Amino acid sequence: MNSIGYYPGCSLSGGGIELDLSIRGLAQLAEVELREIDDWNCCGATAAHNLDHNLAIALPYRILALAEKQGLGEVLAPCAACFSRLKGTNVRLERSGDLKAKMQTIVDLPYSGSVKILSITEFLNRLMELGLADKLPKKLTGLKVAPYYGCLLSRGEDIVSDDAESPSAMEAALRATGAEVVDWNFATECCGGGFSMSLTDAVLDLSNAILADAKAAGADCIVTGCPMCHSNLDMRQLKIQSSGMGQYDMPVLYLSEVLGLAAGMGCDQLGLNRHFIPAMALAHRFDPPPQAAETAEAVSDQRSN
Amino acid sequence: MTQATTQTETKAEGFEPRIVAFVCNWCTYAGADLAGTSRLQYAPHVRIVKLPCTGRIDPLFILKAYEGGADAVLVSGCHPGDCHYTSGNYHARRRWTIFRRLLSLAGVEEGRLFFSWVSAAEGQKFADLINDVTAQVKAAGPFKHNPARRQAW
Amino acid sequence: MARIGVFICHCGENIGRTVDCAAVAQESAKLPGVVVSLDYKYMCSDPGQQMIKNAIAEQKLTGVVVAACSPRMHETTFRRAAAEAGLNPYLLEMANLREHCSWVHEDRPIATGKAVDLVRVMVEKVKRNRALYPIQVNVEPTAMVVGGGIAGIQAALDIAAGGKKVILVEKSPSIGGHMARLSETFPTLDCSQCILTPRMVEAASHPNITLMTYSEVEAVDGFIGNFEVTIRKKARYVDPAKCTGCGSCYTKCPQKKIPSEFDALLGKRSAIYTPFPQAVPNKPVIDAEHCTMLTKGKCGVCKKICPRDAINYEDKDELVKVKVGAIVLATGFELWDHSKYGEYGGGRLVDVIDGFQFERLASASGPTAGEIRRPSDGQVPHTVVFIQCCGSRDEKQGMAYCSKICCMYTAKHAMLYRHKVHDGRAVVFYMDIRAAGKGYDEFTRRAIESDGAEYVRGRVSRIYRRADGKLIVRGADTLAGRPVSIEADLVVLADAVVPRKGGEKLAQMCGVGYDTNGFYSEAHPKLRPVETAAAGVFLAGACQAPKDIPDTVAQASACAAKVLGLFAAPKLEREPIVARVNQNLCVHCRACINTCPYGATQDREIKDRQGNVVKVVAEVNEGLCQGCGTCVAICRSNAIDLDGFTDEQIFAEIATLE
Repeated sequence: MNSIGYYPGCSLSGGGIELDLSIRGLAQLAEVELREIDDWNCCGATAAHNLDHNLAIALPYRILALAEKQGLGEVLAPCAACFSRLKGTNVRLERSGDLKAKMQTIVDLPYSGSVKILSITEFLNRLMELGLADKLPKKLTGLKVAPYYGCLLSRGEDIVSDDAESPSAMEAALRATGAEVVDWNFATECCGGGFSMSLTDAVLDLSNAILADAKAAGADCIVTGCPMCHSNLDMRQLKIQSSGMGQYDMPVLYLSEVLGLAAGMGCDQLGLNRHFIPAMALAHRFDPPPQAAETAEAVSDQRSN
Repeated sequence: MTQATTQTETKAEGFEPRIVAFVCNWCTYAGADLAGTSRLQYAPHVRIVKLPCTGRIDPLFILKAYEGGADAVLVSGCHPGDCHYTSGNYHARRRWTIFRRLLSLAGVEEGRLFFSWVSAAEGQKFADLINDVTAQVKAAGPFKHNPARRQAW
Repeated sequence: MARIGVFICHCGENIGRTVDCAAVAQESAKLPGVVVSLDYKYMCSDPGQQMIKNAIAEQKLTGVVVAACSPRMHETTFRRAAAEAGLNPYLLEMANLREHCSWVHEDRPIATGKAVDLVRVMVEKVKRNRALYPIQVNVEPTAMVVGGGIAGIQAALDIAAGGKKVILVEKSPSIGGHMARLSETFPTLDCSQCILTPRMVEAASHPNITLMTYSEVEAVDGFIGNFEVTIRKKARYVDPAKCTGCGSCYTKCPQKKIPSEFDALLGKRSAIYTPFPQAVPNKPVIDAEHCTMLTKGKCGVCKKICPRDAINYEDKDELVKVKVGAIVLATGFELWDHSKYGEYGGGRLVDVIDGFQFERLASASGPTAGEIRRPSDGQVPHTVVFIQCCGSRDEKQGMAYCSKICCMYTAKHAMLYRHKVHDGRAVVFYMDIRAAGKGYDEFTRRAIESDGAEYVRGRVSRIYRRADGKLIVRGADTLAGRPVSIEADLVVLADAVVPRKGGEKLAQMCGVGYDTNGFYSEAHPKLRPVETAAAGVFLAGACQAPKDIPDTVAQASACAAKVLGLFAAPKLEREPIVARVNQNLCVHCRACINTCPYGATQDREIKDRQGNVVKVVAEVNEGLCQGCGTCVAICRSNAIDLDGFTDEQIFAEIATLE
């Protein structure tokens, strides 16, 4: 059995729990063991580097050092922010000789730089190669998806291997599910990111533009890999709608949820019932509830309003 | 040696090295000309052998110079990319990289072969180079394996 | 027995101040083989030269050493004097007492000692010099010009005007190049075709110019004065001798939907076609890829309709060999492919066009007859955004260099648009405005001040198509310090100027260097801007670097001057400093052949009387050899030597330094 290190980070037990659920489900299906790093800490996310540069490196450094100590060659960081912090730290350590020694003193753990960090797209594409592609019995025919990368899965030329201006890491996996990828414009626009709390109005504006473009392109849902984007587009969508900026009712799914749906995993197992903008109706198009076809229709009617 | 040079010996005290420089016609020879027109003073221990290109330098020339009494040899041509003949200096550099390792086998210790790029515009660099090489060779002392060594120039 | 004369120059005080010239002369006189040794105040003066001439005659000298200034200064002077006195000029050498001795040392005895050494070395060298004679190379007084754009046309016309024959090779069916596609030209806004087409006709009708259109250079052999070029004349399927250019064929051709290359794919053409109505020669060719007669054997309309029976579906490519003495490369440029910019739509947005497409839209002979209409829906755009530096000055994704012409043609485009659509809005995004040239800055000022083009300094970060069809152009206005977003109907990208794809192949054939971008390299960036490392091959136009029309024409005329200079004498004289192979020693390891940067060392078969090959050896082509001597040093069997710098001479020099 293949195994891979796992760094869930904070979101995956909180707002992004469905990302954790769906990833674990898919890994099991592809027979890949996820080995969580023991005693992991916060990656620093968007906050640490605004406070202290040493702290912003020391936090991911500790996670990397722990992973190395556990003999983890590759570590999945599903959250795009965690991925960016961890891999960015690897890059910085490699570039500067002094930094490693300094961090070793601060954290009091050695780290040689051997741990490779995988993003959610890299991980899921790997699972597809490892046989997941053959375990997608359901065809999501007719599902129009708008793959949304945001900043952290498209930017940082030595962090993200994709084309920053027109990334395509999600496309192949989405097409393998039978879904239709819509041609839209805002795949790499900013959702407002970490300003969700401090500058909510700005986030509403930015996320509104993304939702509007996805809707204009005819998408049934937006697909993302980032819990931050997810919360801005999903949770804030209610506020966007209530403040009259636009009415979208646009479910926002994680890439792993879409793959899980195609793999025939149950909606509850995937956490699709946990979204602010209900995603169940959409999911039930491909995974009707066992004995409650009527309910599904009812939900569907409700949704179509 | 001639009488005229012998006379100069009386003035020179201590070790006066003999250095043979193989230079290309287009860059370093012209650089040496510029040092002259700029009236830059430099050590008088170097004798230039002009060649069309450093690519023309046969390793035997260098060995022959040591055999003939040189305490050091300097090879200088056009900067990489500036060769009048497109690539002669690259050939020279490749040859020199290998040849340098063989020198110790021939009994020539390190620090007696110098390589440099001097362009036609680098009169000052040429003068500095000659002074620098001369100082290094002076510090290294006479080339002791040199059977032909008789006196300084 | 050597009879050497040594002549020491005081150069006034220049040498005499630090070097005891009389002592040097005295010492030199004692050297073996020296029969005369004199010093004089100014050796380069008439009396000084006369002194040398007299000594050569009276003493029957076999070699001369002039110890004076640098040979770069006066070697030619003294060698000429020696020749006048009947001594082979290559039997004279110079010792550099001024630049390398008197000017760089102050101590008089030391400088004098060094001067004697310098003279001794040269005396030993010159004893081993042998008489050399300038190499005579026959020159075939015909030039080949590759590329029939304005550069090639101008070079061909100028060479032809000088009375020499020219073969003008053009790969497309007509000459004219990019200039024929332009609507109007900066900075005068005169119609491009109006000024170009008379030149095209002149080139075609000039008795000294042979036009070879729809042809490509296949191979180049030989060397300066004696190139042998193989040219592929592509099958036209139309006999140009019979065709009158009446046009019946292409009006009747049923295949009418082929995107026209001339119209930058905005217009359509038929399968049998001339690229544009004023094409020279105005005789169609059949596009074998799209003609159903050639692909499926069905149709044959053009053959039926042709009143002259000029159509020949059996036509084949033909290889023609020509002998020429000089080659002018004028292969021009193309535009960078902006689909590499994902942020500008990655080439998927049809209303994001390049400069040539805009030229064709603005041209009276273009697909819209000169009306600016956008490709997607044929509507007149009310806001056009022009973006400069698309792919230029972008080391990461594009080209590191400035394409030079874009600032000017973008200003022109903005003007043309405003002249045609009076209520339209022209917005130009720029990084810097580089309008150096006669009347150029005035021109860009006019675009801004009189014609109302809105110039925004900053880059565009994204272009996308909104559902209503508007192109949203987002960028930064770095002067105002704020982001801008413009709803545009059409976007024109000033794509970088890049060399022709595959141009490296032609360069390699000719022995011409090219830079990392693929532009052909001139021999010297300042002093030899049209020559190349390959003697007899010259560069004109944008194949060397991005250039506008005036610069291109000037360089083309410079090429013509170089070619005519080369052709002025029936034979070409070259310095006889060349390598020679001793064929008895050569073991044909081919090291020299692989080393030579000029392809001057070549295989030579030695045959017996029956014509059987006995042995293959290396041979140096005197016409190509530049005398660097790299082959000499690399030769394992010591079979090559370099005239003027033989092993014997150099070893003698080294031995003298003992």
